Amino acid sequence: MATAEEIAAQEFSSIVQSHRPQIFRFLLASTRDYDLAETLTQECFLKAHRNWSSFRGDSSAMTWLMRIAINLQKDHWRNRRMQFWRLTQTNAVEMDVASEWLPSGERSAEQKLLAQEQVAHVWQAVKGLSERQRTVFLLRYVEEQELSEIARATGLSEGTVKAHLSRALAKVRTELGGQR
Amino acid sequence: MNWKAEFGEKTEQAELEAQEAALKQELSDFRMSVHAWSDSVYSRPRPVFKATAHRVWQRAAGWALVCVLMVGGVSGGLFERQHQQQMARIEAARQAEQQRLAAEQRVREEEEFLAKVDSDVSREVPSAMEPLATLMAEDEAR
Repeated sequence: MATAEEIAAQEFSSIVQSHRPQIFRFLLASTRDYDLAETLTQECFLKAHRNWSSFRGDSSAMTWLMRIAINLQKDHWRNRRMQFWRLTQTNAVEMDVASEWLPSGERSAEQKLLAQEQVAHVWQAVKGLSERQRTVFLLRYVEEQELSEIARATGLSEGTVKAHLSRALAKVRTELGGQR
Repeated sequence: MNWKAEFGEKTEQAELEAQEAALKQELSDFRMSVHAWSDSVYSRPRPVFKATAHRVWQRAAGWALVCVLMVGGVSGGLFERQHQQQMARIEAARQAEQQRLAAEQRVREEEEFLAKVDSDVSREVPSAMEPLATLMAEDEAR
């Protein structure tokens, strides 16, 4: 017969297995730094593990984990702001490298090249977004979350999320429009 | 006129729709690109042991440095204390030597003074007694 602690550990283990790739993806897209994304993902799950008993299930585990991840990356950027070498963007990979990854599908080589260029421009626009706009944009267009979910994960109202998303999208449009 | 305006509106709307469709496609490509990139990075082998070994070395080096600094600090402190004690001993010996010399000097000066007083006293003979003194000197010479 399993004890309550064992059951909780099993539950947490399954949460890690199912949500880790998504948390890692969000952090990777936010930072464009493999090692940093890996470190922050580990920190996120460590924090979640420590507070697992206090998780009441008001929101989904994913929303709860995403909120921790958002706070971690926010803290990271705040700390980095204090360091003079932040301008060098130490380990962040270049946009071209990040945009190289595109499933080939049924596209011609030319179409694929064009798509890669467009993806690079989206990255360029994302780079110019504010921290909040970037977070909201990535949650909406990469993680395909609903506005209500984004609001819960970021702790913002749905109206504020909409406003950030609209501004972010306008910047992306401008960046892409300039290239057309 | 009417059909022209209607045609213009339709063209504009078609353009907007085309732009929206293009944006949708670009955002979809972006999402697929991020997913593919993340999946590829996520599934690559992670150098856990290397990182751990690296961290162990870093920690060992850190501890070694702390130990060296502590030993340096303690031995430096001890050396400083010993040095101060030695200097204090030398100073005390020097002061004692000075006191001894000063005392000897005082004794010597006192003796010289007393000798001078003696000689002065013996020389100063009242004029009335001078003949007697001369006789005594002659007696002594004899």
